[in-house]
Amino acid sequence: MARYEAIEDIMKNIDDELIVCNIGFPSRELYDIKDRDENFYMIGSMGLASSIGLGLALARPDKDIVVIDGDGSLLMNMGSLVTIFANNPRNLTWIVIDNGAYGSTGNQDTYAQVIDLAKIAKSVGFENSYNFKDIDLKEVIESENASFVIYDTEPGNSKAPIIDLTPIEIKKRFMEAISK
Amino acid sequence: MDSSEAIYDSLKDCGIDFIVSVPCVNLSKLLNMIDEDEEITHIPVTREEEGIGICAGAYLGGKSPAILMQNSGLGNSINALKSLSELYEFPLLMIMSHRGTEGENICGQVPMGESTPRILKAMDFKFFKPGTPEGAYEDIREAWDLSVSEGRPVSILLEIKYW
Repeated sequence: MARYEAIEDIMKNIDDELIVCNIGFPSRELYDIKDRDENFYMIGSMGLASSIGLGLALARPDKDIVVIDGDGSLLMNMGSLVTIFANNPRNLTWIVIDNGAYGSTGNQDTYAQVIDLAKIAKSVGFENSYNFKDIDLKEVIESENASFVIYDTEPGNSKAPIIDLTPIEIKKRFMEAISK
Repeated sequence: MDSSEAIYDSLKDCGIDFIVSVPCVNLSKLLNMIDEDEEITHIPVTREEEGIGICAGAYLGGKSPAILMQNSGLGNSINALKSLSELYEFPLLMIMSHRGTEGENICGQVPMGESTPRILKAMDFKFFKPGTPEGAYEDIREAWDLSVSEGRPVSILLEIKYW
């Protein structure tokens, strides 16, 4: 199974949570699986999904935030593990779909193949560091600490189309939806 | 007016309530003032680029964000400023300690310091270079208004002689 099925699995647990989704195929696939106003699709700035999620979580403690990230993107912004752990926003759940590949650029290998990201998160201090197959995601979303979840998959992209929303449209409808 | 207090007062009067930072010795007093202010969420970050992402998320959540950093942090943030802040039209106030300017005693600061205004120009981002605390107060107010109305990052460059 590849990322598309992983996102389908994740979305089975999502009701009114706000989602920040990683650049490239992850966002395209989420858009194809379940587009909603409360999805923030990244069109640029690889690596920053978890950072955007952190800012949102701190600004809106009344909402639950789910970040859908990837292993290559996490490797580009490892400092975010430290910043998120240190600030520990209880309403942030950071899911990293780990396919060991830079999927959107042609499935080149990432170094995530030779390291254990869940163990790294744990050693940084995340008590809530899990593998998706071992948890009830809803319980983790509702837990009292920031959470880090690895979802292991095979590499591979679906045929999900390009997102036909402009960045401004993505932002506007997201902000309108969460200000209600 | 004190050089740090002028910036703090202006940030407050702009309604800035969310600040990320990577420190500079010249920003020490200002950072302490911000830490003591319970109305401002202050998040120190590991690298400036990460801070640009956090500020974008905070703005999505209704906050008015600023980043405090050395001008070296501009170099660490260029792609995020373009492909996140500019792309989605996120307002962002960038308060930069502009090192490598007149009076600098660390040679390592000079190359990036000399290039900083040219980099901002090439990025098509507006910036202000206040020379006095009174000027800084006014420039920050104007910079934030501009950033909100244009949906782009606007910078304040604070040279060594400013302090």
